[in-house]
Amino acid sequence: MSSEWPLWEIFIRGQHGLNHRHVGSLHAPDAEMAIRHARDVYTRRNEGVSIWAVKSDDIVASAPSEKGPLFDPSNSKVYRHPTFFDIPDEAGHM
Amino acid sequence: MYAQMVKTEAKRVKSREEMTPEEAAFQDRIEAGEKIEPKDWMPEGYRRTLIRQIGQHAHSEIVGQLPEGNWITRAPTLERKAILLAKVQDEAGHGLYLYSAAETLGVSRDALIAKLHDGSMKYSSIFNYPTLTWADIGAVGWLVDGAAIMNQVPLQRTSYGPYSRAMIRICKEESFHQRQGYDILIKMCLKGTPAQKAMAQDALNRFWYPSLMMFGPSDKDSVHSAQSMAWKIKINTNDELRQKFVDQTVPQAEYLGLTVPDPDLTWNEDKGGYDFTEPDWAEFYAVLAGNGPCNRERMAARVAAWEDGAWFREGLMAHARKAAKRGVAAE
Ligand SMILES: [Fe+2]
Ligand SMILES: [Fe+2]
Repeated sequence: MSSEWPLWEIFIRGQHGLNHRHVGSLHAPDAEMAIRHARDVYTRRNEGVSIWAVKSDDIVASAPSEKGPLFDPSNSKVYRHPTFFDIPDEAGHM
Repeated sequence: MYAQMVKTEAKRVKSREEMTPEEAAFQDRIEAGEKIEPKDWMPEGYRRTLIRQIGQHAHSEIVGQLPEGNWITRAPTLERKAILLAKVQDEAGHGLYLYSAAETLGVSRDALIAKLHDGSMKYSSIFNYPTLTWADIGAVGWLVDGAAIMNQVPLQRTSYGPYSRAMIRICKEESFHQRQGYDILIKMCLKGTPAQKAMAQDALNRFWYPSLMMFGPSDKDSVHSAQSMAWKIKINTNDELRQKFVDQTVPQAEYLGLTVPDPDLTWNEDKGGYDFTEPDWAEFYAVLAGNGPCNRERMAARVAAWEDGAWFREGLMAHARKAAKRGVAAE
């Protein structure tokens, strides 16, 4: 049986109040070691206050070929942006 | 550089007319400055060249820990020991980031390590030179990390997304490495005894030409550069970077009161840079072929570390499998 440790994706919350962000990956035998390794490589210079580790195999990703069907439809929906609407100055700040 | 003489399998760059529609679309994306991501279509040559380049770069980070690791227990003060330990730990992280980037191209880390150990993949020639004195640790940080920075800063803009992001992380840490090396030499040259300064001069004498070799052979002998540059996995030519390195380093040597071991080194007003003697390329090829001063020692240390650690890696995996089974049973 292969003894290669599985791959994990590491997410770090940089500061209180911010989202966790993907910072990279690492190999670890289990979740506990993944957190320890993430501490050792990705938070060496006060980069974070919290770590998430997710097995890379468990990540579900959209396919590059789906880019058009998935993301193009929002191009035509400019009314989703507040700048689409002209609010008269007389109405005051909105 | 950390990746010297990476083969691209291409004798010359394909013209637009010779490209398939997919290849042309790919080249357009590169020229538009788009990043290529792991699941995107890419030419096989691009993928394989990147695996070789990133793999060689990762191996260099890992093997590069050995010459410095030699001095962790011999550092002159506790503070210097803590600093050197942090620096060497960083290099392990650099290896990890780069192996991870290579893995996104469909190769496993264990497979890359196996290729390092059987000699079919290389690492930078520089790490086959010994670190004989504490001044060598100063010279390695100043010159070797300095040369690495020259190469890695432009690679932050490389076309392959995971490689570019690894480079950005690495560059953030490298300037600490170069400064801690230079700081060692400031102590020895400007605040030390004549014997310490002589030790620093000796270190510069031994590391100068091997550092210049890090950028790889002269452009006229560098057959794979054109394709790599078209793919933006190489940004500058070897000679451009070497020139930049010399121009930056000579004033730093002067500040330390050290002499660069090159009697022909002269400032060339016309080109706005130094004229300098090229390293001995025969020596470079001999080191790459496995015949440098420390090649065998380095490989023996790597292989021993890998083999001696096998029981530990396997033990933790066995524990993880058992715990996972227990977890399922408990549900
Ligand atoms: Fe490094
Ligand atoms: Fe470094």
